[in-house]
Amino acid sequence: MKVMAIIKRILHQFRRDKRSMALMIVAPLFILTLMWLVLDGDSYSPDIAVVDIPEPIIEILEGQEAEIHVMAMEEAEKALKDEELDAMLTWDEAGFKVLLEGSDPNANSAVQKVLQQTMKESSDKPVPQTKVEFLHGSENLNLFDNVGPVLIGFFVFFFVFIVGGVSFLRERTQGTLERLLATPLKRWEIVTGYLGGFGVFTVIQSIIIAAFSIYVLNIYMTGEFWYVMLITFLLAMAALSLGTLLSAYANNEFQMMQFIPLVIVPQVFFSGIFNLDTMQPWLRAIGKVMPLTYGGEALRDIMIRGEGIHGFLDEVYILIGFSVLFILLNILALKRHRKL
Amino acid sequence: MEAVIKVNDISHSFGKETVLKDIQLSVGKGEVFGLLGPSGSGKTTLVKIIVGILKPISGNAVVLEKTMPSLKQMKHIGFMAQSDALYSELSGRENLDFFASVYGLSKAERQQRIREVLEVLGLSDDIDKPVDKFSGGMKRRVSLAAALLHKPEILILDEPTVGIDPVLRKSIWEELNALKDEGTTIILTTHVMDEAEKCDQLALLRNGHVIAQGTPHSLKKDINAATIEEAFLHYGGVGQ
Repeated sequence: MKVMAIIKRILHQFRRDKRSMALMIVAPLFILTLMWLVLDGDSYSPDIAVVDIPEPIIEILEGQEAEIHVMAMEEAEKALKDEELDAMLTWDEAGFKVLLEGSDPNANSAVQKVLQQTMKESSDKPVPQTKVEFLHGSENLNLFDNVGPVLIGFFVFFFVFIVGGVSFLRERTQGTLERLLATPLKRWEIVTGYLGGFGVFTVIQSIIIAAFSIYVLNIYMTGEFWYVMLITFLLAMAALSLGTLLSAYANNEFQMMQFIPLVIVPQVFFSGIFNLDTMQPWLRAIGKVMPLTYGGEALRDIMIRGEGIHGFLDEVYILIGFSVLFILLNILALKRHRKL
Repeated sequence: MEAVIKVNDISHSFGKETVLKDIQLSVGKGEVFGLLGPSGSGKTTLVKIIVGILKPISGNAVVLEKTMPSLKQMKHIGFMAQSDALYSELSGRENLDFFASVYGLSKAERQQRIREVLEVLGLSDDIDKPVDKFSGGMKRRVSLAAALLHKPEILILDEPTVGIDPVLRKSIWEELNALKDEGTTIILTTHVMDEAEKCDQLALLRNGHVIAQGTPHSLKKDINAATIEEAFLHYGGVGQ
């Protein structure tokens, strides 16, 4: 079959082009590891200076997750200015007064959490205990566990988009596309050949990236491994078909790179890595046209919420829909090069 | 003589720019037909229309009694583009194997045809090196080899000998003549005037017009010119 010939050729090319292969596999692992190092830290323990605070309170404070420094007023103020402290705690008749350094929201909320806990423990009246349970996840779920699933999807999408788009573009610039169009190959055979060749490769890529995140980086994962594979594969297909489609509108590799800020970067913002609940609804709707929104959501459903296929079936259909749409447009776009 | 390729009143333009105007040609079976013209004269466009990659705005090209573009007829055409159109990461042999399988040749057929073609073109030595290590002349020959794999009845070559040393050029011409003797019809474009002398029929192209057509001998004789270059200047001057 002629499609097989193209698939075989693409795999041959991959075998020769070690760098592109590395870009698709090693680069995502490398960046995921960096993200993990940054986001997977323990919860932040703030530096708090206490000025004229009664001894019993200091004792309670010291039991919290914070570094407590007993200081004089002037010393504390200076340290706060020099960013050595996150907060300064003083005491007068009216009660506690907190001065936050204030430039880091993470530190701010950590300080407030410490103070709340201290208040609770220092009051004589027994406070009704709130029992916290988790429907999904656990109290150990950190930022990396939360954004990790979307990041896995994102890196698969990003690197497949680039490598797929550029290879198809080179097919045009080195004249081989025209050469292929001078053969009895049908346009759909060329497009499917590409999807097939890269498809084989992206399956391998997906396995490696997902396995690395789950078993090496220990990202939170309660769902089925092969569901993760399914979604990353579908995302890769959407990325590949979009990349090859857009490559028709680029004249060289540099112009292909110009699609990154237009197509890839907005997906970072709108696909759910950041919480969009406070955004204007019409702005939030931008995310609805982006494959990564659905891929990311499905990956979270699987990895954090442990859902079965019915929990993310809609996303699967939508991702397939994206790919089919891009593939059809791609076959149409090739008409620019050969009418038949 | 039976016409294998007929070009009927073809005009083509890219946007506002007219590239071909009212082209009429007829190529007989087993002929070596040369399209001679400077760069920008429309040779490549005309060749792409005959191959079936481009569809002209008006007129048509008929190949083996079928109007192009037709996927069925593409099987009977071997095309060598102006650029080498090879996959630079792959070895020469892998390139040939790929193009052969695109034409649907079986594995045994592919191996046999690749061996034959390599032998004819004197390529056997370095064929397993990656193409990006090849010299320009090597690439040109592999590119020609790729066009011959499926034994096409019609061979269309866009500037086949550009940048090739004289010894190699001679051997390519010997090969083309051998193919011709087997009944292959060959269309080639060139801007090298003395190469045009080797064709059976010539069409002189200038600014998208055919300014003269005939055998090299008759083109020269009609106007008492000693060389094709002189003839080209003469017909080009008349055209203005």
